[in-house]
Amino acid sequence: MSEPTPALQTPSQTVGPFYGYALPYVGGPELVPGYHPRAIRFHGTVTDGVGEPILDALLEIWQADESGVLSRELGSLDRDGFTFTGFGRCATTIAGRYTFTTLKPGVAGKAAPYILVTVFARGVTHHLFTRAYFPEDSALHATDAVLSAVPAERRDTLICVSEGVVGGAESYRFDIRVQGENETVFLDFDA
Amino acid sequence: MTTPAPRPGTVPASQNEITAEIEAIEADAAARVAAGGSPELQPRRDYAPYRSSLLRHPTHELVRVDPEEVERVSPAFGHTDVNVLESDLTIQHAGEPIGERMTVSGRVLDGEGRPVRHQLIELWQANAGGRYVHKRDQHPAPLDPNFTGVGRAITGDNGEYSFTTIKPGPYPWKNHMNAWRPAHIHFSLFGTAFTQRLITQMYFPGDPLFALDPIYQSIADADARARLIGQYDHSLSVPEFSLGYRWDIVLTGPKSTWMESEDADE
Repeated sequence: MSEPTPALQTPSQTVGPFYGYALPYVGGPELVPGYHPRAIRFHGTVTDGVGEPILDALLEIWQADESGVLSRELGSLDRDGFTFTGFGRCATTIAGRYTFTTLKPGVAGKAAPYILVTVFARGVTHHLFTRAYFPEDSALHATDAVLSAVPAERRDTLICVSEGVVGGAESYRFDIRVQGENETVFLDFDA
Repeated sequence: MTTPAPRPGTVPASQNEITAEIEAIEADAAARVAAGGSPELQPRRDYAPYRSSLLRHPTHELVRVDPEEVERVSPAFGHTDVNVLESDLTIQHAGEPIGERMTVSGRVLDGEGRPVRHQLIELWQANAGGRYVHKRDQHPAPLDPNFTGVGRAITGDNGEYSFTTIKPGPYPWKNHMNAWRPAHIHFSLFGTAFTQRLITQMYFPGDPLFALDPIYQSIADADARARLIGQYDHSLSVPEFSLGYRWDIVLTGPKSTWMESEDADE
């Protein structure tokens, strides 16, 4: 076989408005069933530069399990109801809202626990990465490399709001403001 | 009867106005390269000719950080997630879809040219008349009862993939007056690291709509956007059956390769 030759990356293009019959799938937002004893609700609203809801965004989350391990299990697209794969996908509603049911991640690597959130939408030419941290881990946030790299006045945009137990599950709200006042911090992993 | 005057700022731009904006940005990008800057490998997030980007791009610079383990790995997908028949978009209904039957094949590679093995690749597209099954697509072209336009596959040992489909049609949209998208197929890809995640579009050679389309042109560098064009490959055409296109997809560039080798030295 010939040696691999380095190549330049294929550019991104917007997901557009018409992915709705293609990318969302049954069970996509439910990394665990809602009746899991430690299920958490991870939800929020995605808004644009004038605060209007983005009703055609697609969100993906990827995270460690409760012990901080990244799953190598298959089954993200065809869930069996028991295997935690760490990946979820959810389209926003006409109110710009999304809701995942998942587990709170443990510490993976050197960072404080977080959920990696990827935002795709019509008008977003290249997806946006952000991280959702949890307010109860504030002691770990002080030494987290990413939170430390963010200006203090913008750091709160990366931290969920704890809403306590709602409907039997711990509820965390993570609103995503793509542009404008209190704009969410988006991350560049240099890749 | 007179038509009421539209409110200021609500008149859709003409194609000539959009084209002038596109050309001004391309000239700006070319001037930066001429002054020693790197070519733009990715679309601009703030790309005014594509009107939907105006309120949907961050105004702050992205915060550059090192990936943690979460970003350095990817979800595992496999054949238990995807039926092998899902790569043929022409067999999902009782009859044959209308249009030019085609295959699109290629390899998914990382920035060093290594194959991305056993990863998920998803595809969706309009039908031959330029209509999506999506319910918010109200373009008055016919739906095809024998075509949905969604496919999935898992890449092979050499990163290879192949889909059988029909060639999608161009379609109008409301970005500006008389706006038409060049024919394209949407692709969604995962790499071995979540940082390699990619959603993009494949186009067809020689499309006369390229110069007019603010989504294709949102990549201001001509060489970079040419990487989105699948190539007709006669050796992939099947006699009496289908026309063959080849399109290789590269998930990361040299920058991340350099980062990885730096890590390896630690």
